[in-house]
Formats: sequence, C-alpha cells, structure tokens
Amino acid sequence: MAYKISDLKTDYQSDWCPGCGDFGILNAIMSALVDLQLDLNKVVLVSGIGCSGKTPHYINTSGIHTLHGRDIPFASGIKLANPELTVIVTGGDGNTYGIGAGHFLNAGRRNIDITCLVFNNGVYGLTKGQASPTLKLGMKTKSLPLPNINEAINPLVVAISCGYTFVARSYAYDVKHLKEIIKQAILHKGLSLVDILQPCPSYNDIHTKEYFEEVVNNSKRIYKLEETGYDGEVKDPNNNEEIQQKLLQAIAKSQEWGEKIPIGVFYKINLPTLTDRLKERYKKDINPSKDNIEQNGKPTTDISKLIEEIEVKRYIRG
Amino acid sequence: MKKVNNFTWLIGGPQGSGVDSSANTFAKTCASIGLYIFGKREYHSNIKGAHSYYPITVSDKPVRSHTDSIDILATFEKETLSLHKENVVENGIIIFDKDYNVDLNPNKYTLVPLPFNDIIKEAAVKFQREKDYSKLQIMRNVITVAASLSILNLDVEYLIKTLESVFIGRRSKLLEINIFAANLTYEYIKSNSFNKKSIYELRPTENNENLVLTSGTTATAIGKIAGGCRFQTYYPITPASDESEYLEAHPEYGVVVVQTEDEIAAICMAIGASLAGVRASTSTSGPGFSLMAEAQGWAGINEVPVVIFNYQRGGPSTGLPTRHEQGDLEFALYAGHSEFPRIVLSPGDIEESFYLAIESFNLAEKYQLPVIFLSDKAIANSIQTVKSFNLSNVKIERGKMLSDQDLLTLLEKEGRYKRFKITEDGISPRISLGQGIFWNTGDEHDEFGHICEESNNRTIMFDKRMRKMNTIIKELDVSLKYRMYGPENADYTLIGWGSVKGPILDTLEELNKYYKVNFLQIILLKPFPSEEILSLIKNSKMLIGIEMNYSGQLCNLIRKETGIKINKRILKWNGRSFSREEIFKGVIDAINLDQEKIICKSGI
Repeated sequence: MAYKISDLKTDYQSDWCPGCGDFGILNAIMSALVDLQLDLNKVVLVSGIGCSGKTPHYINTSGIHTLHGRDIPFASGIKLANPELTVIVTGGDGNTYGIGAGHFLNAGRRNIDITCLVFNNGVYGLTKGQASPTLKLGMKTKSLPLPNINEAINPLVVAISCGYTFVARSYAYDVKHLKEIIKQAILHKGLSLVDILQPCPSYNDIHTKEYFEEVVNNSKRIYKLEETGYDGEVKDPNNNEEIQQKLLQAIAKSQEWGEKIPIGVFYKINLPTLTDRLKERYKKDINPSKDNIEQNGKPTTDISKLIEEIEVKRYIRG
Repeated sequence: MKKVNNFTWLIGGPQGSGVDSSANTFAKTCASIGLYIFGKREYHSNIKGAHSYYPITVSDKPVRSHTDSIDILATFEKETLSLHKENVVENGIIIFDKDYNVDLNPNKYTLVPLPFNDIIKEAAVKFQREKDYSKLQIMRNVITVAASLSILNLDVEYLIKTLESVFIGRRSKLLEINIFAANLTYEYIKSNSFNKKSIYELRPTENNENLVLTSGTTATAIGKIAGGCRFQTYYPITPASDESEYLEAHPEYGVVVVQTEDEIAAICMAIGASLAGVRASTSTSGPGFSLMAEAQGWAGINEVPVVIFNYQRGGPSTGLPTRHEQGDLEFALYAGHSEFPRIVLSPGDIEESFYLAIESFNLAEKYQLPVIFLSDKAIANSIQTVKSFNLSNVKIERGKMLSDQDLLTLLEKEGRYKRFKITEDGISPRISLGQGIFWNTGDEHDEFGHICEESNNRTIMFDKRMRKMNTIIKELDVSLKYRMYGPENADYTLIGWGSVKGPILDTLEELNKYYKVNFLQIILLKPFPSEEILSLIKNSKMLIGIEMNYSGQLCNLIRKETGIKINKRILKWNGRSFSREEIFKGVIDAINLDQEKIICKSGI
C-alpha cells in the first residue's frame, strides 16, 4: 500500500524556530518520497551538524545524524557498502561548504550516487548566527557585531567544477519546485547537489522570505530557469563541445545574484558513478553488504592463494 | 671452525637503489634452505638518495629480532661503509666496490673488493646492451647478493631458483642477464678464494616446517581478508599505506578500498560502511590517527563496530615519519572527548598481527564499538619467517547481529525496533541499514536513537554503553589479554607490549643463564585486565618495563590500573627499534644498577 506524508512523520517533536525555512524543506523531502514511493527500509538520510542535521529525526526512514561536516563521507561509506540504498544527505551551508568543504569537493571526483541537499541560509543558526561561507563580504546580518569580513563562495560553481553531475538550486518556501528538484536529484545516477535557499527567520534578516519573493522590475526576484528556456542538461556525454558549452553556461548562470536569482537545474550530465567504476575494476557488481563472510562461525574466504604467494618454498637440489 | 647458518648480513645504499629487493632476494634464498629470517627495513623520509639499510638476521632457530652487530656488510657505496663498519665484528666480512679507495683494516675484517663495473660491462656486452650501461647499474644488487652467497659457500643454483621467482611478469626479460651476472660474480669470488677466507657458511638444512616469509602489513592485510573485512579506507601515510595497497592489489577478494581526501573522511566512511552491515576498517599512522579522534567518539556513542589500525611511528607531529616508536599508547586509550567504550589491543609480532586482525573484527561486532589495533613500524615493515597461517581455529563472530527473520520475530514481539535497547550486558541487538529503520546521532539519544537531553536518560544510556567494558573483561579469553613467557615463578619479570616482544623473546634464554627472568606481554590495553595483571606481578622481586617511548606509557598505565609502580624502565625513543643486544644489556643493567631508567640509543 502506498504511503502518505502522515506515514512519514515520526513522533519526535521538531525544535526548529517558528517560520523556519527548514519546515519547507522537510515537507518537500517527504513529498518527494511519497511521489517516488521508495522502499522506506532502503532509504537512508544522513545529516551533519546544525539545524539541518536534525532533519532525519523527523522522517520515518533510517537516519544517521553524524558529525559537523562529515555527512558526505558517512553517506559515501553507506552507499559503497550497499549500493541498493538510496542515500540522501541533509547538511547546512556551514556544515557542507565550511568545515566539510574538503569532503564536498572530493565527493565530486568520485561521482558517487548520493543526493546532497544543502540548507543554505548564510548563517550558523544553531550557534546564534555567525557568518557562514555563503554570506557575502560586507553583509551585516542582525547577529553579527560587524559586517562580514570574508567573501562568499559560490557552491554551484564549486560543485560544477569538481565533478558533481547534477547541480541545482531551489527555494525552501517553493515546496512544489523543491520537491520536483529533489525527485530529479534522487533519480539522477550520480552525485547531486541541491543548494536550497533557506531563510533563517532568527538570524538572517537580509535573506528573508520577503527578500527572495520581492517583486523587482515586475517579476519575483526568484525565477525558475525552466521557465526561461534554459536547459542545463548535457544530452550526449561523449560530445566534448556540448559539455564545454553547458559547463560555461552553468557557471555564467550561477553568477547571477541580486535583482534576479535563478533556481532550477543548472547542470546535468550522465557519467559513470563510482559504483560503475568499481564494477569495471572488480569485473563484477560490488555490494559488500551481500558478501557472506562466514558459515556456521567459520570464515568462508579462501586465502590459500595469498598464503602461497608468501610461502617459503624449500629448494632441495635434485 | 666455521659459523654455520647463524649470522647477520646487512646491505645499505641510497634510497631507491634496490636495497629492499636485494635484502628480499637474500632473505628468500636463505629461507629456501630451511633457515629462519628476521629483516628490518630502515629508510629515510625521502624518495631517492638518502641512506637506507636492511639487516637480515639468519638462524637455524626461529628468530624475531635484529642485532646491532654485523657479520657481513655488503654494499656498493661509500656511505654505508663509513656508517656501519664500526658495527662489523672481528673477522667479519665487508663486501664493497673495488673502485673505491677505502680505509679498512685488512687484519680486522675479511675484505672483499668486488669489480662491479667489470661484471656489469661483461654482462652488457654479452647481451648486446652496451647502450643501457647506466640502467644496468641496478644489477649491483644481484651482484652484491651473489657475492654474499658465494662467500657463504652456497651453491649458485639456490640463488638462481630465487631469481626465477623474483623476475617474473614484465621483469622476466631481465632474468637471463641477472643470472649471467650472478654466475660471473660466483666465478670471481671462487677464483679469488674469498669463500675460503670466510668464517661464515650457509648449509641447506632438513627443516621442513611450513613457513611464510612476510611483513607485518601483508600479514595484517591477509588477516583482514580472511576475517571478512570488505571495506577499507586510507589516506596515504608511512608506514601504513602498504597494507591498504596490498588490499587494493587483490580486487578478486572484493574488499572495497577507498583512498580518501583525509583521515577524517577515512574513518567516517568506514563507520558508514559498517552501519550498512559490512566489516570495515581504516589504516593509518599517528598523524592520521590524531585526525580520527572525534569520529571515534561518534562510533563509541552510536555503538558502531569499526577497526582502526594505527601503525605507530616516531612522533609527535611529523616526528620521525619512517622510524620506530610506541608513543601513541596513552593517546589511543583516551583519543576523543569525554568517555566511551572502546577496545585497544596490540599484536606483538607479524604472526599475531594476522590472527589479531581477524579477532579485532569479531570484538568490534560482538561489543559494537571501535577497536584500535596498535601496531608499529617495527612490525609493519619488518620481514620474518613465521608459521604459515592456519584458519582451522579461527572463528567469525558477529555478535547480536539480527537476521531479517530475527528482526521480524522481534518486531512481532516488541512492536518497534530499538537500536539502543537497554540490556544487562550493555549490548543491544543490531541491524544494518537496509534491513529496517533506526536512527543514530552523535547527540545523547534515547533507545530509538533520537536526540534526548533528558537527565535520567543520560545517566542510564551512558551507563549502558560503559557497561560493555565490564562485559568484555568478563568474557574475553585470556589469550587475548596477555601472554607469559619463560619460567613461572621468576625473580624478574619483564613487561612490554607490541613489537618489543621479538627482541625480548630472543634474549630470554640467554638471560635465564644468569637470572630467573620471565616476560609478560600485554595484548589488551583497554579495557585493562587489572585483576589478572595484578595477580601476575604482585609477587615479583623486580618488574622491568621495556618500551619504545619516552616515559614508559605502559608502566604508567599499570600503575594507574593496579597501583603497582614499575621501578625499572628500559626505554628508547631515538627512532630505532630495540636490538637483541640492547635488551640483554638493558636487563642486566636494570637488575644491577641503582638506576630507574635505562636509556637505549643504538641504531643508525
């Protein structure tokens, strides 16, 4: 029987602030799961530290709430150990682009088939509003004593340049759009980033709901790429020219910020995932979790060949 | 009279010039006539050029350590001569390049000047490879080994047999020219009667014990494969990487090996894999182990089985990255903030590394916690002939891991699955991701794994986890806790852990000619088997701690756990492992001198 949103709710009470953008994201994740009807035993949510880190506790699938910035390595281990699992990471901008930046970059090199949802609000909410890596230079949110002294990184450009094969942005209060993007990201074979603009009503008084939804020059500041005819998908992954064109287009588009802020899929390409690459190396499907390592308490792995390689061969002259 | 089948041979040369392969060829040939081998690799943190050396101790009895004294010094460069000649015994043999102008006393040593260049030239001409003359300099290795074996009167056939096993695959085209050079070298030695001047000799024996000749990293890697480890992560680091590379080179066993971006990712990925039900480990050395501290706490509070292999090297910081030390014990016992259950154990040698690697995974799964396998460079990089590995007594125990059927039965009975169900022994039934739904969090949690800051829950949950430490002490077999060697009621008890076992055992018989001495090797360092150790040492006339670190970390631990102060400590922290002679002299000094610390300094 198909499950509904109400089946996905746990009895664990949310402790996010009233009006937090995270509620929109939570709804979008649950709606995406309901639409996809994935086997809930095979879905794993992995989170880091921060308000976003609590997400798995609110959803009735397995949830692994890990360390600050380390959600991607945990998720990678889970996926490699059992590629049958659908692995979704929920991290924040400080978590993923700050303390976890090294993992965020290097996951791209692997194109591992997991989905990274980044709750991007420009601040470290749970520690009372310090500037995060996505807050721009000179901005002074209400909890900062002085304007931000660091420049911001552009996570979309970083993801595109280091090998993410699905790079998108969405907005926490447009649950319908976000749900569709999350579905695409989950269904995409390879590493996906969905950077989610998420207003933090407690500490970010600049990037508010009102800011994102403000009408500037007759249209909302936030607009949807797909409504402008933008197509970020590489149709032929063997066509280098097309890849170059789509990469440059995505990087250029992701620079747009201010009067207009685009959301949607910036870049998408189908390339072999890490599991595919391992299959080629091992000449078989690799699912370590299915390996039977013992029978009646005895090891089943035959190591005689390995022992032979190091065995002392007595040489007796004939 | 000739000294037969017992000596130490040492080869030295610039890093990257083939010292290791020469030593391996020599060791393999000696092993092929039934002898026992111990070889120690000593190298600089450099790719090419800096001095490296490799002593091989050969014996007709099992041998587990190196000696400071050298019987045969073989080299093709000057630095080795100047650095090591002082250690060559009287009437010892020195093999060197005859083109060098060296100042060696012919009355003290048997000098063997070798015409390396002439032999290489002749081989180059014979195989029409004159233009490769500089490339063929690598044959200095085979020439050195051939000269050594020829001086030791071992028939060239044995060497050829070894060369045939070494020059295989894409190197096989080099076999013939190397055999040719070996034969030329033999002729040169015989025609100059150097073999007659030698006081050492090799003679094939009847010994047919089933042996392997291997290193600590290889033995550990094979143990992992046998023990069902199917996921390994690492970040390149000396001396641990060899183990991961071995696993990577054997994909047919299905171990997924991931070279991660750093050691934090390495341990987190391994924990992730374990959550999906796979036996997982990571291998590193001190600097990497330091980076893993936080995640160990996560595995502790979430009760995830994971095995961390720490091959200790000289610290702190970068320290002596290619040298020896047992300096990480205290850190391994406490790494990470606050308190959580963990096991720390240490193998004493290459053979134990194989079996203890398997056992580490059993313990990690049975008790659902991180296990730290504390090895060190002296085990990792040494080679030794040890009894061939035998799986007949090996068990795989996965503890309270539920099958799908078990889970169904539990759900019927209890309604919901509780990952952290409170139990008497502290261990909860475990399922893997994919089997059913559960939560983990680095926060304190309730039985379901949800964040819970409630004070009463905290008291109960902390106690539940820590209770496992008592369960371990109660359940663990004594062979995994400690081993005692030598006479039972000795006057003097030597106490050590890890790689000091080899040189201590190799000295014990000789020491017992003068004093009644035994040796207590501690394997389980956490939880510490306090009561058992106390009863073993409380009546000893004198306890002598032997450790390769500055302060005597095990001695301090024993004081803390048993209240007994070890008043004599033999310590070494110069980056070189203990030699047999040092242990012998150290123990004699400890017994006779009114001195708390004996500091050892041998090694180049």
